[in-house]
Amino acid sequence: MTIKLPIYMDNHATTPVDPRVLETMIPYFTQNFGNAASRNHAFGWKAEEGVEYAREQVAKLIGAKSDKEIVFTSGATESDNLAIKGVADFYREKGNHIITARTEHKAVLDTCKKLEKKGYDVTYLDVGEDGLVHPEQVAAAITDKTILVIIMLANNEVGTVQPIAEIGKITRSKGILFHTDAVQGVGKVEFDVEAMNVDLASISAHKMYGPKGVGALYVRRNKPRVRIVAEQDGGGHERGMRSGTLNVPGIVGFGKAAEIATREWREEAAKIFALRQRLRSKLFAKLDMIHLNGADDPRRLPGNLNVSFSFVEGEAMMMAIRDVAVSSGSACTSASLEPSYVLRAMGVDEELAHSSIRFGIGRFNTEEEVDYVADLVVRSVVRLREMSPLYEMHKEGIDIKSIQWAAH
Amino acid sequence: MAYSDKVIDHYENPRNVGTLDKEDSNVGTGLVGAPACGDVMRLQLKINPDTEIIEDAKFKTFGCGSAIASSSLITEWVKGKTVGEAMELKNTQIVEELNLPPVKIHCSVLAEDAIKSAIADFRKKQSDRRSGPSE
Repeated sequence: MTIKLPIYMDNHATTPVDPRVLETMIPYFTQNFGNAASRNHAFGWKAEEGVEYAREQVAKLIGAKSDKEIVFTSGATESDNLAIKGVADFYREKGNHIITARTEHKAVLDTCKKLEKKGYDVTYLDVGEDGLVHPEQVAAAITDKTILVIIMLANNEVGTVQPIAEIGKITRSKGILFHTDAVQGVGKVEFDVEAMNVDLASISAHKMYGPKGVGALYVRRNKPRVRIVAEQDGGGHERGMRSGTLNVPGIVGFGKAAEIATREWREEAAKIFALRQRLRSKLFAKLDMIHLNGADDPRRLPGNLNVSFSFVEGEAMMMAIRDVAVSSGSACTSASLEPSYVLRAMGVDEELAHSSIRFGIGRFNTEEEVDYVADLVVRSVVRLREMSPLYEMHKEGIDIKSIQWAAH
Repeated sequence: MAYSDKVIDHYENPRNVGTLDKEDSNVGTGLVGAPACGDVMRLQLKINPDTEIIEDAKFKTFGCGSAIASSSLITEWVKGKTVGEAMELKNTQIVEELNLPPVKIHCSVLAEDAIKSAIADFRKKQSDRRSGPSE
């Protein structure tokens, strides 16, 4: 069988739209194009019907009791902003302390930083070398001023799945709100807002085979009823929490993607896990000095393989395998020229952070693709190590850390 | 970000990858950069002490494609040149030749440093040899 190049193995960045999703969306561009807020004609009703059906589909995926708990947004960055700033604003009288972790997504961290400038106190919890936050850390950080705990379901770089249920138990018993950025985990691992005592959750369509530009914020309505201050003013859409004309085709597609995930995720997770293990075992069997970044199973996303190939710089690696789309924690791939803050927070050496590659396996990857990628990666690592002065020094028994390097 | 054809060519077919005997008094070794910064270049020049002509050049680089291409390019450039001529090479010439974007200029700076560092090592070895005890 011939392999079609390039191969997409960066499913944490985004996913292709499932053809079943696209098919559902198309009529909402041309025939059912109405504004869901048009209350007095058939075009509006048709659009509203599509949106409300999608709301049920999304609610079902995350175990929400009521579809009224789903607020559609432009994506998870907006959902995170709305949840965090919205809660901080509304509960300002109650307290000004927020707890989160160093490995959260920038949409959470930068929002928290902005709140710090406005007088809020934020505790950034350290993580272990596996990227895990321990529930006891959360409990220990809580003060009488704490209003919100924010811990993600699964990390986008290293795939570490946090103990959300355990943290939810703590926040619920203390009467503190709990927000989780569930973008990477929903539809891939167990997630249920009721069972896990989650009060707010961000999700995104394009990470689960839906379209880009649409996401949702789950806002609990009961026990406790969560209140947020809207960030955007306007027509009072989404029960006043998010004004702005709804992206009807996007929302309809999001709903379909949620429905497919609800039905198929367990089977799909098993298939994707098998592919990831195939890739992992091939790489680890054929290469030495290779390190797994992040927690091991079962606290890891099934499709995530984040590894550092010692003595090989990540961007050079990506160039060697440029027919395969992956990501790297190397500084050279970021605008800031700093290596991944997630890996650094986990205590990964800077050199290994520069050498990290993230493979994100998804719904449409095949066994043939995994075999092709494994062979290509092994060949490329061997070639680049032959070119690496650090590998030569390692083979000569020189400890690279013992050398006085001039930082530049 | 797309790479220029020249970067890809040097990356795919690097010139002069390898190792010279670092104990040879005619070989100058420059090791610049730092693993923590994501790039380390080692440039070795074999220099004729009488003519000061660079007879051979080898490199090994840990770094991105542009760092590998920059080091490969300078091995080609310095071979056959005198030490004085090699010292004249500027990083901006590398940037121009490889069409490096602003974010990769530090790769060319590192390559220029590697030349200077290798020549300094050669000079030090030569003066140590001259001032050392006569046999």
